[in-house]
Parts: sequence; C-alpha cells; structure tokens
Amino acid sequence: MTLTAATDLAAAGTGQQAVNLDGVVKRFGTVTAVNGIDLRIRPGEVVALLGPNGAGKTTTVDMLLGLSQPTSGTVQVYGRAPQEAVALGLVSAVMQTGGLLKDYTVEETVRLTAVLFGKPRAAVGVALKRAGIADIADRLVGKCSGGQQQRLRFAMALLPDPELLILDEPTTGMDVGGRREFWDAIREDAERGRTVIFATHYLEEADAYADRVVLVRRGSIVADGTASEVKALAAGRTVRATLPDPERLDLTAIPGVETSEIRGDSLYLHGRDTDAIARYLLNQTDARDLEITSRNLEDAFLTLTADEETPA
Amino acid sequence: MTATTIERRLPKFGGFTLGMIALELRRLVRNKRTVIFSIVMPPAFFLIFGTSGDYRTERIGDGNATAYVLISMAVYGAMLATTSGGAMVSIERAAGWSRQLRLTPLKPAAYVAIKLTLAMIIGLVSVVVVNVVGAFFGADLPVGEWIACAVLAWVCALVFAAFGLFMGYLLPSENVMQILGPALGILSFAGGLFVPLDTLGHTFATIAKFTPVYGVGELARYPVTQSGHLWQAVLNVVVWTLVFAFGAMWRFRRDTARV
Repeated sequence: MTLTAATDLAAAGTGQQAVNLDGVVKRFGTVTAVNGIDLRIRPGEVVALLGPNGAGKTTTVDMLLGLSQPTSGTVQVYGRAPQEAVALGLVSAVMQTGGLLKDYTVEETVRLTAVLFGKPRAAVGVALKRAGIADIADRLVGKCSGGQQQRLRFAMALLPDPELLILDEPTTGMDVGGRREFWDAIREDAERGRTVIFATHYLEEADAYADRVVLVRRGSIVADGTASEVKALAAGRTVRATLPDPERLDLTAIPGVETSEIRGDSLYLHGRDTDAIARYLLNQTDARDLEITSRNLEDAFLTLTADEETPA
Repeated sequence: MTATTIERRLPKFGGFTLGMIALELRRLVRNKRTVIFSIVMPPAFFLIFGTSGDYRTERIGDGNATAYVLISMAVYGAMLATTSGGAMVSIERAAGWSRQLRLTPLKPAAYVAIKLTLAMIIGLVSVVVVNVVGAFFGADLPVGEWIACAVLAWVCALVFAAFGLFMGYLLPSENVMQILGPALGILSFAGGLFVPLDTLGHTFATIAKFTPVYGVGELARYPVTQSGHLWQAVLNVVVWTLVFAFGAMWRFRRDTARV
C-alpha cells in the first residue's frame, strides 16, 4: 500500500495535532508582526484568536494557510506543511475581504472551486445549501450583499470538506442580522466535529462561539484558555499604586496577583482578591495613592491586548 | 479505515482542467468589453476600411486588396483577443482572486497555462469571425493561402497572449484593457498593420520593423505577398515572444513568491 493522505489522516484521530505552531516569528523588515507564538490545537476544537487590529492575527492565519512563511519557527497543519495541507483540502479558509470575481455567479464560483478540488458536481449544491445561499445560486457575485458574499466564501471553504476551517475576521462589515446568520451556519457546521479557528476583534463573538480563546497582543499570546477562564480573568479588580522604582518590587511575592503592569512610577496589579494586594502594598512597600477599580470583560480585553504607551 | 476518512489527493496537471477552462470562457464572454474588442471591432474595421470598390478590384499578390485588409484585421482581432485574455490576470489580482486560488490545489503554472489557453481560444474565435465576414464581403484569395494566413494570424498572436499576461502582472488595474486597447492601436500603425510601411517614409519604416506588431502582420500576410522580409519577420516574432514571456515570468515569480 502506498502512503496516501488518507492513511495519514487516519492518524489524525489518534492524537495528532490539528495545528502545531512552534516558536513562530514573522518579521516584515524591522517590524515584528508575530513574536514567538507556540500554539497547539487539537482536532475538533473551536478556537478564537482574539486581539485588536495589528496584533498579528492575520499574519498568523496567513502562515497557517501557507500564504506566507515564518521568519523562524515551524508551522504544521495536521502534521504537514501548510501549503501541502491547503492543496490536499485539509485546511480551508474564509478570508476577510476580496477573493471573489464579480462576473461569476454564486453557483459558478463554487463550481470552479469544486473543479479545482476534483469534487463532483453534487458537492456544489450541498455546499451552497449548508452556507445558506442555495436560493441565490444564479446571482452574479457583484450583485450580492457583503453578508451573502461572505457566505459564498464559506461555501467555497466547505467544498474540500476540510478538517480545519480558518475564518479571518469573518463578520467584518456585516450588520447584526447577517452576523448572526453567518455564525449560525458556522456553528451548525462545527457541530459535525470540524476544527475551527477564527480570528476576531469582537469579544462577544469569541465568547459566544469558541471553546477556547487565545488572546494575542503585539505578536504574542497573552492568555489562552476556555471562554469562562478568560471571563474569570476579567472578573477581578485592579489596584493602582504609586511607588518609586516599581521594577525593583518582587511581584511574585504579592499574594493574589494575576497580571501586572508598570507604567513609569505607577504599578497596576490585577487579581481577584484586591484587598489582600492592597494590604500587602501598604504594609510591605512604599506604595501610596492606592486606587482600586473593577473592570468588566471589555476592560480585561483592552488591558490584556492594548499596546503600552512606551514600548520597552 | 473509518467511514469518515476522506481520501485526499492532488489534482492531475496541477489543476489544469477542461472544467475550469469552460467556466472561465463563460465568464470571459460575459465581459462585454472583451467581446467588443475581440469579436465586434475587428470585423467592423474590416467592413469600414477594406470593402470599398477599388479594394475589391485592386490585386495584391494572389488576392485582392480587400483580402489584404482582411488578413490585417484578423491579426488585429487575434491580437486584441489574446491580449485581453492574458490581461485577465490583472483584474483577478486586483480582486484578490489570485490569492483565493492559492487556497486551492491549482498550481501557478497551471493557472498561467489556463490563461494562455483561454487567450488562444478567444483569439481563434476572433480570427474565424473576421474571416467569415470577409468571405461574405468580397475578400478574394485562393483557399489554401486563405487558411494559411488565418492560421498564421492566430498562432502568431501567442506573442500578444504573452504581452497581455506581462501587462496583466505589471499593471494592477481593473481597466487594463483601456490602456492596452489604444496601445495596441498605436503599435498596429507603427507595425504597418493598418497602413503599408512604404507609405510612411524610410526612417519610420526602418523603426517599424523593430516594433512587435510588424513581425506578426508580415508573417500572416506572407502566403499572399511572399514578402522578402520573411526572416526579419520571424526574428521579430521570436524576439518579442521571448521578451514578453520573460517579462511575464519575472512578474509572475514576484507575484507568487511566498514572503
């Protein structure tokens, strides 16, 4: 028996990672877009890559799809080089914008994709139906709304019946209704066991649709856990204090600190038991001007992902 | 092996399929500008410039002047058609379609081969249409020479398929044919396709021999005129094909590089 993709895939169910990013760095000239990402995603996970614009989400997605190559580190998709995984239809993607020709009809666009992947004509109808655009099959792409075009991209991505589906900011520019319809289609599809990775800067999307949330900030992963773990992270409060040379303070000695940040003379400590943190600061350090503020999910996200005003 | 396992294999010929050619052809025909440039304009020009009474009786080589104009217009049509076929890549790059195709098994070389095939198909249609119109409107030429001229006009238009491809990769514009259409018109004048070179004066006629349309026109008319410049024409076609093909390859490699 020759070694085919199918035999490799059988191994996919026996512990193979869907995605394996190992020390991935991507630089464009002097700009570092991705700064050492390690990420392993198991088959069947629905993962949100959450972060503000410019955090490195799209760069990461491009590398997963073999559209660009890492400056250093390795990227593997189902144990293969991304380009190979794409060509075999193991991974497909719904990109943010573009990628459609106005003078094809919806059906022709999907049919072309079917031809390229060597799928039978019947697969076209199935994909159109699953993406919820069977009723506009004969419409020219140029006459479709943004939401319809996005569902067309989704239909194209479904055609190779990929193990891994990647969505890059899939609902940008959609209205609320379109967004919900799109996610309903994705969710229905993910229930069949497909691995899904979606990049988004909408917190509520990550919260509502992901099993696992990976927070990215300035090219690095700053948090990685279930949506509820990330919420727990956000459930605490922040203690702000002024003290000279905050860098000299051993932050690990302070009880209950989950995250910390230093801005000049100001120290920001985040945790659930902020009373204990405040007590420690007042009793054991020179800290003064204490403020305790609570933050919501949005604040947590912003704090975790915002750029520092003075980068180190 | 479980029932859910999908057998995955790469397509043959890097994704070069008749299915894709058929779909692309359908899209090409939907583009009114392409149809007008390559199928309506050349026969219209032929009817305007080639069918006056004098031309029907005036002899050039083995045929009448109408046939001479007909061949020129076949060359012009094939040129416009293949250029616009090749230039399709510019629209596709602008729309992000080329990037989308990189998420499929289609190999870049197969994509280029498909574009060239499409260019040559639409070029063939253009040549056939002009010649059929010519047959009804007074072109007179021995059948063997007629066919030879038509085939040469078509085959030599490969130069312009390469030209279109090169320009398509060079100019990231949605309306690349609005630039290339007039450019081809100028090149056609310069290359002696619309007006015989000997009416243009010695200096200009010499320069004309180095322009890309000259060789194609001269070669396509050779069966009728038996012109003495055969080797110059062949050299012209070969050199320009190489120039445009290398230009297209250069831009294509840059375009498909995975940075």
